[in-house]
Amino acid sequence: MQFFFEVLIGGLLSGVMYSFVALGFVLIYKASGVFNFAQGAMVFFAALTFVGILETGVPFWLALILAFGAMVILGIATERIVLRPMVNQPPIALFMATIGLTFLIEGLAQAMWGSSVRGLDLGIQDEPIAWIMDATDIGVSKFDLFAAGVAAVLVTALALFFQYTRVGRALRAVADDHQAALSIGIPLQTIWRIVWAVAGFVALVAGLIWGARNGVQFALTFTALKALPVLILGGFTSVPGAIVGGLIIGSTEKLAEVYLGAHVGGGIDAWFPYILALGFLLVRPEGLFGEKHIDRV
Amino acid sequence: MSGRKIGEVILDLQHISLRFGGVKALTDISFDVKEHEIRAIIGPNGAGKSSMLNVINGVYHPQEGKITFHGEERAKMEPHQAAMQGISRTFQNIALFKGMSVLDNIMTGRITKMKANFLEQAIHLGRARREELAHRAKVEEVIDFLEIQHIRKTPVGRLPYGLQKRVELGRALAAEPSMLLLDEPMAGMNVEEKQDMCRFILDVNDQFGTTIVLIEHDMGVVMDISDRVVVLDYGKKIGDGTPDEVRNNEEVISAYLGVSH
Amino acid sequence: MLYREAGQFKSSYTSDQQIFPIRQDRIGIMLLLLVAFVLVPGMADEYWLKGILIPFLVFSLAALGLNILTGYAGQLSLGSAAFMAVGAFASYNFMLRIDGMPLLVAFALGGVMAALVGIVFGLPSLRIKGFYLAVATLAAQFFIIWLLTKVSWFSNDSTSGVISAQEMEIFGYVFDSPESKYLLVLSIVTVMALMAKNMVRGAVGRAWMAVRDMDVAAEVIGIRIMHTKLLAFAVSSFYCGVAGALYAYAYIGTVEPEGFNLDLSFKILFMIIIGGVGSISGAFLGSAFIVLLPIFLDVLVQDVFAGLLPPSIASNLQLMVFGGLIIFFLIVEPHGLARLWQITKEKLRLWPFPH
Repeated sequence: MQFFFEVLIGGLLSGVMYSFVALGFVLIYKASGVFNFAQGAMVFFAALTFVGILETGVPFWLALILAFGAMVILGIATERIVLRPMVNQPPIALFMATIGLTFLIEGLAQAMWGSSVRGLDLGIQDEPIAWIMDATDIGVSKFDLFAAGVAAVLVTALALFFQYTRVGRALRAVADDHQAALSIGIPLQTIWRIVWAVAGFVALVAGLIWGARNGVQFALTFTALKALPVLILGGFTSVPGAIVGGLIIGSTEKLAEVYLGAHVGGGIDAWFPYILALGFLLVRPEGLFGEKHIDRV
Repeated sequence: MSGRKIGEVILDLQHISLRFGGVKALTDISFDVKEHEIRAIIGPNGAGKSSMLNVINGVYHPQEGKITFHGEERAKMEPHQAAMQGISRTFQNIALFKGMSVLDNIMTGRITKMKANFLEQAIHLGRARREELAHRAKVEEVIDFLEIQHIRKTPVGRLPYGLQKRVELGRALAAEPSMLLLDEPMAGMNVEEKQDMCRFILDVNDQFGTTIVLIEHDMGVVMDISDRVVVLDYGKKIGDGTPDEVRNNEEVISAYLGVSH
Repeated sequence: MLYREAGQFKSSYTSDQQIFPIRQDRIGIMLLLLVAFVLVPGMADEYWLKGILIPFLVFSLAALGLNILTGYAGQLSLGSAAFMAVGAFASYNFMLRIDGMPLLVAFALGGVMAALVGIVFGLPSLRIKGFYLAVATLAAQFFIIWLLTKVSWFSNDSTSGVISAQEMEIFGYVFDSPESKYLLVLSIVTVMALMAKNMVRGAVGRAWMAVRDMDVAAEVIGIRIMHTKLLAFAVSSFYCGVAGALYAYAYIGTVEPEGFNLDLSFKILFMIIIGGVGSISGAFLGSAFIVLLPIFLDVLVQDVFAGLLPPSIASNLQLMVFGGLIIFFLIVEPHGLARLWQITKEKLRLWPFPH
């Protein structure tokens, strides 16, 4: 039983990682209806840029600001070069364009900073917290807990941003109805740029935490793909959904790997989230928190 | 009207009620349609007219009520089964296949009559080839009938609105339906296009004996061409009868046509 | 002046419904086939046959498969490579486990197995579409590759699932030279491309496009949505499956499941985006483009800009160019090279008169 809890908690906390990426997807999808396949590549780009800047001897805080600046530029460029010219195309074409964008961003990141694997130290160790270990015999990683804390802060900050700032309100209006928002004078393109910049910021936070945990490397982009089943579970338009979905995917994937994987040769976490999401889709296509959509004839 | 004879009741709807979640779209509606007649459904926006058509060809399934078609009471039926039984329709917002040519769009109307399977089609010999040619000839008849020979190979997306409506009618006619459901066939058309469309509808009814159920906002057109009219308001039936009867129905006048009309 | 329809009157529907209704197109295709079947094997060297032409044909077939599903039936798939894997491994096992199994039958059965798997993973398409479906097809991609790697029966208990394709032999003739392999692949691809063309211009193709363009209307005119979508998955996967078998037998020889990874799926998707979504010739154009581009970039980096580009840029050039081109095509010409070719032909019809 104790082992079960250890796996469960480890899974939940690693699920937070997926939530980070899913969060970026949700922001962009809500504001512009674009399913941004490149969110994972943006995480990779952010982490690599940060580490690359850090390696030039710049202090931590300045590297953070510069990397954020790079993400803003990337976001604005995406809006200008990809989204604006494609504004009247069907969503699926935009989706394919973001697949192209994924390749472009990955190539760009490595062209700028090289392809070698880098470590990233945020000063928090990936080791069990002593007092929890003493009290319950369950190992809970200090680092994972830190990541969960960051996620909580980030989600709260985003919620406040959406709820109480002028930009936030405009964003929600745009998410609700593009045409209506335009007609009351909300500048759509400005909003999109802001949302891509915010998604870039979320990607940076995700990149730092992931990079510190697993090293900054290309494989990150594959792990980031698991944010897709997270979205299906949580619903494309729901911030809480992204968090809950991430926790469900993270925990079930670890439990499945430990308890089922052992019998079939392991490695089932490569596909388990997708099959889980697939099964879920058949029961509830709109996700846990998504809005139900009725087709009118 | 010409020699066409209105026959027996072929579609009978009894006490139809349809809800979406808590919203009532149709409440306890009963009416019938007789063979060869032109039956209009009128009513203000949101009265439930399109929902009514959707019930008839199986897009929506009413929670209550009984539908009898050609003497057979019908259980839950899917739209493609309605098509198999000879019910065709057009849509309020044109629902053509935008990526295909006029010819291909109308050819799809004959899909229920094509028998060759995909392997025969892949090899394109024998039955598949003969079928394709036979149905092409039928489709050309429809094209001639609707006078759209010149745009045969044009992708429908490039056509003006009025012609698109005509192509959509063509696709429905290609199925040689016994009953044709038309959802606002003249919406958004100019006078000349409306006259053309009226002529086509009357010709279809007259030449092929097709029963027609149509929704239309243009009162002049409705009163001119239909044999009987159903009036809906807020999902309820408030009138039913010949154009003259409906015109003089107090409830209809106050609820819909307006006193000054 | 050469590409002119004037004077070619269609007096029957038969002649209007030929596979290539315009005379010049018929002559063009004949010439192309003549060159491909007669001149190329005599003139191309081993590098061209093995390194460019065979992979070009194999990928064309896979792209054809994906184009049937995505371009015609409108169902986006990110799992084409997995269906290729099914075809390759199934053909291998049919050859291995059944004595005297004819090669072509094994390829066909490999395709049938892929089609069956395709139907299973196509089932979600009955309830979901668009990117939801794309995510669902990722499940196929990861699950199938995992299964082929973990269940060693599929690879006859070899380490890490590697299989070595058996010798190709038909009626005693062994296809071992590059020329013979090329001709075999070319023949299979030609026949299957013609069949695909026949399907998409017939009732099946119209049903696929109807479902793609407006599924509600399609159902109302009597198209069975479930049947139509699953047929698209089956036919598409069959094409991918046969392509996978050819990939293993005529191109690479020794393959492992990982060879059919997500990257390959993306590559095939890129072929149809660049070549032309919803076009048979587009699959060939896109495949040629994607096969030739890396070679072209290599030449560019090594010979033209020899030493000028830093290695980090040179090694990532391909990623960036692929990504950039996809975006470029989606913005500028969403119907790809095939559409550009069509526009050229339309201009030619009128040339030298501008109107």
